[in-house]
Amino acid sequence: MAKYGILIDYDFCTGCHTCEVACQQEHNYPVGLNGIKVTEYEYQLANGKVKIDYMPFLTDLCDLCMSRQAEGERPSCVKHCQTACMKFGLTTDLTAEAATRPRAALHTHVPK
Amino acid sequence: MGKIDVYPTTAWSAGTGCHGGCGQNLHVQDGKLVKIEGNEDHPWNQGRSCPRALALTQYMYHENRITQPLIRVGERGSGKFEPISWDEALDYCEEKMGGIRDEYGAESVIFVQGTGRDIGGPITFLAYSYGSPNWVQLGLSGHSCYTPRLGAMKTTLGEFAVADCSQFLEKRYEDPEWEAPEYIIVWGQNPPNGCPDGFYGPWIVDCMQRGSKIISVDPRNTWMSTRAEYHLQIRPGTDGALALGMVNIIIEEELYDKDFVEKWVAGFEDVKKRAAEYPVDKVSAITEIPADDIRAAARAYANAKQAAIQWGVPVDMCPDGTAVAHAISCLWTITGNIDIPGGQVIAKPAFGVTAYPFTSEELADLYGKDLVERMNEKRIGADQYPMYKHFRGWAQPDVTIEQMETGDPYPIKGAWIQTANVIGGQAARAKFHYDAMKKLDFVAVIDLFHNPTTMALADIILPAATFPEKNSFRSWWTPMDSIKKRVQVGECRSDWEINFELAKRFNPEGLKRWDTVIDYFDERMEPSGMTFDELEAKGGWAMSPEGPGRPYRRHEKGQLRADGKPGFNTPSGKVELYNKSFEEWGMDPLPFYTEPAQSEASTPELFKKHPLVMITGARSNLFFHSEHRQVPWLREKEPDPTVEIHPDTAKEYNIYDGEWVHLENDMGHIKRKAKISLKVKPNHIQTLHGWFMPEAEGAEPNLFNVWDFQVNQIIPGPQNSKSGFGGGQYKTTLVRLAKIKEDA
Ligand code: SF4
Ligand code: SF4
Ligand code: SF4
Repeated sequence: MAKYGILIDYDFCTGCHTCEVACQQEHNYPVGLNGIKVTEYEYQLANGKVKIDYMPFLTDLCDLCMSRQAEGERPSCVKHCQTACMKFGLTTDLTAEAATRPRAALHTHVPK
Repeated sequence: MGKIDVYPTTAWSAGTGCHGGCGQNLHVQDGKLVKIEGNEDHPWNQGRSCPRALALTQYMYHENRITQPLIRVGERGSGKFEPISWDEALDYCEEKMGGIRDEYGAESVIFVQGTGRDIGGPITFLAYSYGSPNWVQLGLSGHSCYTPRLGAMKTTLGEFAVADCSQFLEKRYEDPEWEAPEYIIVWGQNPPNGCPDGFYGPWIVDCMQRGSKIISVDPRNTWMSTRAEYHLQIRPGTDGALALGMVNIIIEEELYDKDFVEKWVAGFEDVKKRAAEYPVDKVSAITEIPADDIRAAARAYANAKQAAIQWGVPVDMCPDGTAVAHAISCLWTITGNIDIPGGQVIAKPAFGVTAYPFTSEELADLYGKDLVERMNEKRIGADQYPMYKHFRGWAQPDVTIEQMETGDPYPIKGAWIQTANVIGGQAARAKFHYDAMKKLDFVAVIDLFHNPTTMALADIILPAATFPEKNSFRSWWTPMDSIKKRVQVGECRSDWEINFELAKRFNPEGLKRWDTVIDYFDERMEPSGMTFDELEAKGGWAMSPEGPGRPYRRHEKGQLRADGKPGFNTPSGKVELYNKSFEEWGMDPLPFYTEPAQSEASTPELFKKHPLVMITGARSNLFFHSEHRQVPWLREKEPDPTVEIHPDTAKEYNIYDGEWVHLENDMGHIKRKAKISLKVKPNHIQTLHGWFMPEAEGAEPNLFNVWDFQVNQIIPGPQNSKSGFGGGQYKTTLVRLAKIKEDA
């Protein structure tokens, strides 16, 4: 069971890369390895308007910052997110919260 | 390994490169920074951070960091340097600079900085102690960075104003006095990508999360513009026309705040008349924005109970940037959005504390009357451009480099370059700057890494410290922060320490009352009633109490004027939209629009050859200007210099995604990797500035491949207008794309 997860209000993700470097610093991951990765998608709507969306996803290298949890700290990516669009918690709580958000993604994650 | 201690501090370059302001926690173990995290107790960022701050350990302890003073031992440009002691290095500078002063006069050494972060204090301290009035952002054509905006505000409003994101209130968004702006016009800025001008970019996103709607003035599609209620996709450089067009609509449709205008505005009728010259159809044709969108945005802004404008450096880079800033400031004035919650809040440094003195009296006291005279008589560009003479102590950058070539009216023989990579960074006409500066007799560069400027020019290099390695304080705008030294890297010293020691050698009498830089900080901080150590003991930050340093509606409360009367700090007590200072300085007292120097309208022949408008200077969260390319965690995310090309344009030029191409015009060409993208319109391309390759050979002629990638070498010189401020053509230069020939 995935006890914990991260809820991302992805409409507010600006693609700023902060979470990525936060994770690399926390785990001292070298270039090429990361617990989180942000993707960008540009598209054009039927009315000609352009839209640019970002979505961070967690990788197998994410351990939900278990050692920080032990110290009562939020995961590094969550804490440092420039737009505070990420929230860490129990998946049960976050599922309920996700239902109140127009555009959110819940990443459950069982660290290996 | 020892235990880890955590110390709060405030980021202010060096290291992150930015204009700073956020609270950071330094995790220090055995005298080394092992981790850095956002400080949740700091009101500025509330725990958040950014890529450059989080990668700071890789920057500070980078194997290529310069950690000892270096003296050049080979030819200039040979890349041959040897370590020397600090005493030897400072003796050398003292001797060389003293020699130039004796032979030619102190004004023959210029003091060069990059964008103004924490350097204004230390660099003027040294320049003025030495006796030179020439403090300059050399290469920044038209000095197109914030000073035009500051000048327009100071002369009309008597103050500076910024978008109110609750930053002047300790409780921030929780403070009951604050209200979110109904609308924010984000004018020529990409707030998620950085923290400009004493402002934390993501505050705009915070406001959006609290209900603010966005009007985006941006030629590109960005995260923010694609979430805006109105995206005014402007033709670069035409912002003045848009602002005047919006002013006209608001006046014509009587959407302005009549009470406020009657009570607090002077020159409204003049502005009304001037703005009437910019009917919406004409403005639409100039700006390439549909007239309906301009109307709708103007109405939305004017009808909002409170609305704010957050503007960026493209305003300054318009031709006549000062006039454009003046036009935009009319918007918030006629709508009565000044110093109200969620409007344009008057910005004062916390406790009225400034890092360095501005007034002639203070300058005369510290540096002697001579200096003040030289400021007026010898400062480069001051006789040509009265605004330089009367507003802030800069020398004019374009005139400075011309004078370096001609030696007229006096020769320039030396340069002290600190926090600036002129050749690889800000210099438009970069090669012209390179050639001119090569001939100098003396060049000192104070920096942290080698770059094209250290390699091409430096006779001596002094290694500067990052913010965890230095004592400093910050009061731009609020809070006032103390920055305390916690670690030492090599022999690096802070800009303050370096300049303080050298300044004392040149001006022992004027500076004798301070033994250490902390003594100096304590004196500057006196208006707060706190010393540096006391502020540090309180957690490192403090905000102005109730009173003139705190919003709102200070003009009604009599908190802005020396005489204590209600009103603004201007001769009439009103916001003077008819700008009498500009008039005295030989400039137009009313805002106006100027067509960019290169465009279809102003240079039709050139446009036929080079039909693409090249936009440069957008901000990256990974790199600050020409810095950070050597930091692995940052470079990984943007390894190559790219150019954004619209899919239709790519098709026309037969360019595929990822192909290396040339951007070229009559000044030359540079290399970029094509990134086919919907972010730009078909007739625009966009590329990041500041690229050189720190991993490549540094010695001449290579200079870290700067001439392959330095976009500013194809950006022409000034379009300075009468103010001498504004008109750097960083966003309006015409180019074309070309495929790179295989055999070339
Ligand atoms: S929770 Fe921790 S490990 Fe997972 S992505 Fe975020 S920072 Fe990395
Ligand atoms: S830090 Fe936040 S806003 Fe920035 S990329 Fe990550 S999730 Fe998106
Ligand atoms: S860019 Fe902003 S968040 Fe990053 S260090 Fe500078 S002030 Fe702090």
